[in-house]
Amino acid sequence: MKKLKDYLPWVCYFVFFLGILIVNPGTHYIHLVARVIILSLYAVAFNLLYGTTGLVSFGHALFYGIGAYITGMLVKATGPEFFLLFIVIGAAGAALVSVFIGLLTLRLTGIYFTMLTLAFAQLAWGLTFKLYHFTGGDDGIQAIAKPEMLTGGVTKYYLFSFVVVTICMYILWRIRRSPFGSVLNCIRQNPQRITFLGLNVYKNQLKAFVISAFFAGVAGGLYAGLDGSIHPDMLHWPTSGNAILMATIGGMGTFFGPVVGSGILTGLETIVGKYTEYWSFSIGVVVLIVVLLFPRGVLGIKHLAGNKNKEEKETEVVCNS
Amino acid sequence: MDIGTFIAQFISGLSVAMLLFLVASGLTLIFGVVNVLNFAHGSFYLLGTYFTYQLMQMFNNFWVGLLVGVIGAGIVGMVIEVLFLRRIYGRDQEGAFQLLMTYAFILIIDDVVKFIWGPEYKTIPKPSSLMGSLNLGTTIVPTYNIFIIVVGLLVVLFAWYFLTKTDKGKMVRASSLDRNMLGLLGTNVPLIMTLVFGVATAMGGLAGILAAPLRTVTPGAGVEVIIDSMIVVVIGGFGNFWGALLGALIIGEVLSFGILWMPELATVLTFIVMIIVLIVKPEGLLSKKMVGRK
Repeated sequence: MKKLKDYLPWVCYFVFFLGILIVNPGTHYIHLVARVIILSLYAVAFNLLYGTTGLVSFGHALFYGIGAYITGMLVKATGPEFFLLFIVIGAAGAALVSVFIGLLTLRLTGIYFTMLTLAFAQLAWGLTFKLYHFTGGDDGIQAIAKPEMLTGGVTKYYLFSFVVVTICMYILWRIRRSPFGSVLNCIRQNPQRITFLGLNVYKNQLKAFVISAFFAGVAGGLYAGLDGSIHPDMLHWPTSGNAILMATIGGMGTFFGPVVGSGILTGLETIVGKYTEYWSFSIGVVVLIVVLLFPRGVLGIKHLAGNKNKEEKETEVVCNS
Repeated sequence: MDIGTFIAQFISGLSVAMLLFLVASGLTLIFGVVNVLNFAHGSFYLLGTYFTYQLMQMFNNFWVGLLVGVIGAGIVGMVIEVLFLRRIYGRDQEGAFQLLMTYAFILIIDDVVKFIWGPEYKTIPKPSSLMGSLNLGTTIVPTYNIFIIVVGLLVVLFAWYFLTKTDKGKMVRASSLDRNMLGLLGTNVPLIMTLVFGVATAMGGLAGILAAPLRTVTPGAGVEVIIDSMIVVVIGGFGNFWGALLGALIIGEVLSFGILWMPELATVLTFIVMIIVLIVKPEGLLSKKMVGRK
């Protein structure tokens, strides 16, 4: 029975994201859900660092943006035939950059780590503006073609994104449940203990950083194909902030929380944005409510009434013995 | 570059530095005393500006607007501290929640400002008494820039006197060192925290008002200033008041001379400075405590 309960979120995931195709609410909403699923991957990848390892990075837009820009520039340079390959190259590029940035930023802890990641992302954002010939500056890159298979109707691209995202999510899920994932969890809760156990905190954090950057890059590459256009704002700090928002609103202690968060954030932006231009106000209010009343996020509500979840109880037992 | 241009650029850098200092010193005071990284500090800068704009529409007097703007920003700051921020002190992963809550206030305050005053550009004219310019022999400097520098220096002097020479100032410093011990000695620490928050947000408002005649007033102005102020705080060291002054001087001059020498890279220069400081001396230029990995 326990087995089944573990897989319940996956069932919900498939029912929702495939069910939307059967309901078929029209291209506008399919496009919206495509954005939700791509941002979900970005948020889930980010949450490996934030919710699992306990590192508050404020510069994840950098890796998202690198994925998008490399994919976009490669398509512009050669043509859209190898779109999937370009996404992988983009993600690999993001991972490569993250190795260098991780080596530097992970030497710091707490707020200093957060600020240094922010600085690197902002630096890249500034450079994207200035390197006009290379990145298109302010205009970004427009009209990124998709391979023939995926053109015509957003549904095809949605299915493609769904498959790519699901594969990535499954890998991330396995990583989180692997011994390595437990080490990351432990780093958040008690880094000294990890050191006593003879494991290297720095190296494991770096691994998590690179993995997280890689999948954020995949999400960026997918996004480049969705609208066919990318712009420097994808590297700007609000994009990094959105990752934190999505993970927290949904529940940073859960694997699927960021998916819910991505749905809420994108939904608010689009649906409230349809009626009024003050949609960021509504997001602000939701974040306030979540921070004050549901610090574990939407998926963590069931733990609210003083019930500690299993993980916490185990930690307590360990600490008290 | 001849000496005239150099002095002109240096003084313009000083006025930028003083505006940054007013915002950053508030940010660093809040971090030191209340232990909150107030990401929404730029929004108080914005509120001060718009309160002044409103008062100028009603009374057409810069000084009345300045006074009301500063007090208004401080009051809103204290209300937010008492009603919201106070509830998340001491929570697990406090840093992330502070970041989120203050980020939520950026979204809310910026949209409220946009809702009340509209998204279009506003202008606040310089007060007529500070219109002219000063001839310094080799170069001519606008009086208003001198005024900003003088106000900034007055705030520095006053803060120095308050923090080092008065009993209240000692309590503020003590609460940044050991909040619990100060509470045990019978001081009302939550009150100190609220007041410090109010004073700091009022200083942010003051910076916004002083900067308004030089820049355009838009609902996005607060977000622009907060990133620069964060850089200043990081360079000087979190919670370090004099560090904020040094950081502001560095960043102000870097911005001012950067535009002259490397216009292409002026916007990214400040981030490069911050990255270098964080890698070489992560605790900030003027702080002693080590925070890096042991």
